[in-house]
Amino acid sequence: MNKINFLKPDNQNLSTYLYSGSFLFFIAVLDVFLSSFFEMNITSFLPNFVSFLLPLILGIIGLHLIRIEFSGIKNLDLLNKHINTNTFNAILTLLIIFTIIKSIPPIMSWFFIDANIAGDTKEACTGSGACWTYIKIWLNRFIYGMYPNEFQWRINISFILLIALAFVGLIPSEKIKKFLTLYYVVVYPIIAFILIYYLISGGSLGLEWVETGAWGGLSLTFIVSFFCLIFCFPVGMFLALGRRSQLPTVRYISVGFIEFWRGVPLITVLFMSSVMFPMFLPEDFFMDKLVRVIIAISLFEAAYVAEVIRGGLQALPRGQYDAAKSLGMGYWKMHIFVILPQALKLVIPGIANTFLALVKDTPLIFVVGLLEIVGMLNLAKTNPEWLGFAMEGYVFAAIIFWIICYAMSKYSYNLELKYKTER
Amino acid sequence: MVVLIFGFFTFNAQVNMENRGIEFGYGFLSQESSFDVQFSLIEYDGSHSYARAYLVGLLNTLLVAFIGIIFATIIGIIVGIARLSPNYLIERSAAFYVEFFRNIPLLLQIFFWYFAALRALPLPQDAEAIFGVFFLTIKGLFVPRFVWENLDIFFYSLIAATISIVVIRNYARKLQESEGKQLPVFSISIGLLIILPLLAFLIGGVSLSFEMPVLEQIATTSFKYNGGLGLPPELIALTLALALYTATFIAECVRAGIQGISKGQKEAAASIGLTPNQILKLVIMPQALRIIIPPTTNQYLNLTKNSSLAAAIAYPDLVLVFAGTALMQTGRAIEIVSITMLTYLSISLAISVLMNWYNKSIAIKEK
Repeated sequence: MNKINFLKPDNQNLSTYLYSGSFLFFIAVLDVFLSSFFEMNITSFLPNFVSFLLPLILGIIGLHLIRIEFSGIKNLDLLNKHINTNTFNAILTLLIIFTIIKSIPPIMSWFFIDANIAGDTKEACTGSGACWTYIKIWLNRFIYGMYPNEFQWRINISFILLIALAFVGLIPSEKIKKFLTLYYVVVYPIIAFILIYYLISGGSLGLEWVETGAWGGLSLTFIVSFFCLIFCFPVGMFLALGRRSQLPTVRYISVGFIEFWRGVPLITVLFMSSVMFPMFLPEDFFMDKLVRVIIAISLFEAAYVAEVIRGGLQALPRGQYDAAKSLGMGYWKMHIFVILPQALKLVIPGIANTFLALVKDTPLIFVVGLLEIVGMLNLAKTNPEWLGFAMEGYVFAAIIFWIICYAMSKYSYNLELKYKTER
Repeated sequence: MVVLIFGFFTFNAQVNMENRGIEFGYGFLSQESSFDVQFSLIEYDGSHSYARAYLVGLLNTLLVAFIGIIFATIIGIIVGIARLSPNYLIERSAAFYVEFFRNIPLLLQIFFWYFAALRALPLPQDAEAIFGVFFLTIKGLFVPRFVWENLDIFFYSLIAATISIVVIRNYARKLQESEGKQLPVFSISIGLLIILPLLAFLIGGVSLSFEMPVLEQIATTSFKYNGGLGLPPELIALTLALALYTATFIAECVRAGIQGISKGQKEAAASIGLTPNQILKLVIMPQALRIIIPPTTNQYLNLTKNSSLAAAIAYPDLVLVFAGTALMQTGRAIEIVSITMLTYLSISLAISVLMNWYNKSIAIKEK
């Protein structure tokens, strides 16, 4: 029998160390678990301060005892390598585990256990948790804004059609494949515009006109993001090419344009589009608020897209340009068939980031009085019948935005992998 | 063609302004503003001019950007390093933080902190002191104010300490290059930084006292704090949201920078006998900084520009005070919006020039 040295656990008395260490660790976790889930304090006989720190101390000793190098047990070695490399790491590990255990009950009770969803008035919310009734009642407004209820099918139909049409690219037919780029860059935006102009806006074909001021909610978020995405990309591409142009005038105008937009906050751009821009137009000339906002955001984001694409253009080796020129290609032919396809492939992550930023910037249109989902939340929050549910509203919107943005970033990551070419 | 477009716009602007009875010009800046701002770093009330209001807004913007940048950098570096931790739990928590905060619009986060989280704070009369000195209430954060005597002597001592540290560092470097001896520069610097200001306290007649915020009853149910330094909840919410949001991006920059250093560098440094601390300080960080700084500069710029979202929660920054209230009162859209945009443009350019200069100073010096 070897001497047991608790300061230096080693391979000899492996099971002794292992059992005593695991036991201490288990006690530590159990203590936190019981106090968090059942509000029991099994160490209440100790002074307050000691009772508070005890799980941490027990845990540190326990993890210290099981920190045995080359124990021969695969799982133990993995555990030691990943969460238990030294005392400092052990403390951090314990703190994280305790925080997670401690935070589960309050979060669960706020979200589910003490929350209410039944009923349709404020009085139905009796629990101490979230009042999802509020979200349920206002859901219609959060999605459609002030759009009249009886016409909401128009928004639904247009969005379903647009989503369906977006999947045309999945049809596995060689004949269509050639025209896909043309379809997505030119035809699809035109269809979208027609749908939104005739169906959502109305005013002709026997449909009643709904002014853009009444649009709002999540559907407006989608409309604004969609059009800005479509417009900012080509503008950004031309700006990027302009910035690398041989013609000084074109280059200087592009540089000035890009640096200007990148130097100012979006909120001032929106201010400009709403109060300053109309001053520069003829008096009888009327441009819709929504159109002005879409133009403003598109130009703003185009400057960022331009810088991203410029990075891709610069990353291409000179040989690509020379090779294309030696084949007798002109400027446009060279760029469309050789340079841009390669450059754009390189900058997919950057462009995705810009697009994400665009989607996250859409709530700013509250500046000009358009209320997308965050704006609608602020409106609902001030409704005298539903005061005091700000938290529920923001959590709801945060979840929606998080899903959209996370999905976009994952999609771009897949796209990046798909188009990755070996160099 | 460009000239034609500009001519068309100018003509329209002239016609429009004539119709509204406004004249183009910046003379309105010296007029009395007659509106009040609830939080300002300099003395300001309705009798001051519009130019002064502009200054108030600008200072408030710079204040929030400055605090935000400091906190975002600290959080960003910690999270960025945590992302590279061998500890699985730490790495996952850091990743969770990054993924969570950067996929939610900043405006929503600001609203959340301001309208939901900070509204749950206690009223002034119910607030408990944190560490006995801070009072976090629904009306804002109240902290003790420093009251200095002979502040200038304290500053002189700090300047003297800085100069002597620079001199000693240069001397130590020369000594190391010529004779190979190393001086404990770090401990000497710390010592100087403590001793010289201490001397200023002891002999220079500098004294520091605290003015504590005191609760005062102004009506039966209404209380407020007097004295001390009060930070409005708008400022707290804005800084919190900006710092937490921007920190996620800075963390990714830091991570990319450290990951960008090849493993060979670390191994080579270890093989010549440097300690882990020395490896980080002398080999990894100088190289990683070159990768980290340019994108981080961009994030600082973004934070400064994003601080304009302050207008949404009525923190009196440049956009709210000048492009909001002042614009409403004067109706001079062109002048005010252009001044505001130019201001942001100059702030952006100033930061990027400063960071470019710093970047150049640490870039690889080709021989």
